Amino acid sequence: MTIHQMPADDTKPAYNYAYLDEQTKRMIRRALLKAVAVPGYQVPFGSREMPLARGWGTGGIQITAAIIGPADTLKVIDQGADDTTNAVSIRKFFERTADARTCEATDEATIIQTRHRIPEAPLKPGQVMVYQVPMPEPLRRLEPREAETRKMHAWAEYGLMQVKLYEDIARYGEITKTYDYPVKVNGRYVMAPSPIPKFDNPKMHMSPSLQLFGAGREKRIYALPPYTSVRSLDFEDHPFRIQSWKQPCGLCGAADSYLDEVVIDDQGGRMFVCSDSHYCETRRAEGHRGAMLGDAAASGLVEETTP
Amino acid sequence: MPAETMIAPGFADPVFQSQAAFRALLAALSEPGTLQSVAAEIAPPEGLATATATALLTLADYETPVWLPEALRSGPAGAWLRFHCAAALVGTPAEAAFAVIDGLADEPKLSTFNLGTDQFPDRSTTVIVQVPGLEGGPALTLAGPGILGSCNIAPQGLRPGFTDELRENGALYPLGVDVLLAHGESLIGLPRSTQVEEAR
Repeated sequence: MTIHQMPADDTKPAYNYAYLDEQTKRMIRRALLKAVAVPGYQVPFGSREMPLARGWGTGGIQITAAIIGPADTLKVIDQGADDTTNAVSIRKFFERTADARTCEATDEATIIQTRHRIPEAPLKPGQVMVYQVPMPEPLRRLEPREAETRKMHAWAEYGLMQVKLYEDIARYGEITKTYDYPVKVNGRYVMAPSPIPKFDNPKMHMSPSLQLFGAGREKRIYALPPYTSVRSLDFEDHPFRIQSWKQPCGLCGAADSYLDEVVIDDQGGRMFVCSDSHYCETRRAEGHRGAMLGDAAASGLVEETTP
Repeated sequence: MPAETMIAPGFADPVFQSQAAFRALLAALSEPGTLQSVAAEIAPPEGLATATATALLTLADYETPVWLPEALRSGPAGAWLRFHCAAALVGTPAEAAFAVIDGLADEPKLSTFNLGTDQFPDRSTTVIVQVPGLEGGPALTLAGPGILGSCNIAPQGLRPGFTDELRENGALYPLGVDVLLAHGESLIGLPRSTQVEEAR
């Protein structure tokens, strides 16, 4: 490359707003409209190569790219946290390609792209959740052939899934699935809620916000309109239950949030902290103090805020 | 060239106008019964409402055959769609991905469009029904996904028996067409998941 061909430093890269070309956006938008019309049904779509590897959220990124506009504020979380690698990279991607306004506050966001969590703060009407989905087919581990699972969905033939859950109970005394726990949507389709902990399943039921699911590698899009029935599969004598913890969050003292177990030394010491980092920070700023906040602040792990 | 044979312009700013219009369409179909406005400033061709023309500019392209009534297909609307969307205009309703019908025309019935197949219900037609008004007509009660409890709409100028057609369409769920009622710059979505009844 000769000097005069070198792009100037301030040149904007020559791709479209939000990275995808308009024809791709139209294709994804058509798939999204069919997905909201048939809640829980997986619509095939022509997933594109993105500038990061499949498995890093390309499905969610393509949905966000197809819906985002100048009026939107984007929040991205990875396992509940705003500051992990995947979340930071995706946020930067949209800051760069779509001049997106980004935020960490759940109530300020209009689009929340998420990997594996639903925020603890209640969602509002008008907000859009975008889930990154690794495996959209809830029946895949029971039936590897796509031609067969497609028929099972077509004919609502979900006995195999009930048998799987029953076998769990017969062997272990309880349903052992703790994340990606299958749900039935609008009384018709069995759907994978993406690998959110089953703790988050009840938040999907009759949620006031629109929920969109994108699986880039598996080339599927599905959706839940607001106020849609989402029932976790269970049995009358073994009703669905969410996880619970014996202690509250070590930093903010929350007893109602999903907690991550963190190993803190090589003596077997451990602590439980909120997986939703923004929720935990908000509570600490409000003056809630967990039992281990002083220790964590002293070792520089968190900033201790005074209300 | 005489002015009436000229093709009217499409979006002045395709990226952002189509994005805004799509969000209105997404809201219309995910929250059935809510009045959504596509504020795109375009001059639609004769026979298409602004909302209809904007929806087709946003969604239609060479991958999506479009069905128009005969009069529109051979008129400026057909030429406009071919030029801006490169969409094929088909004469058989069942081949269409998108269709535009007049609310008062007797034909074609909703059931003559593509209803999807049991393994691919997403392949059904999206039917845009142009009506003379979205308020002030006989009330319909809607329920289903996207609606908290139930809600009422009152579109004008739907042919007799259209509510029955919508009910039969809903009974096919998860098959069936998805309907958008369009007038002026406004839209109301009636996806197949919505149950429609005459309000009592």
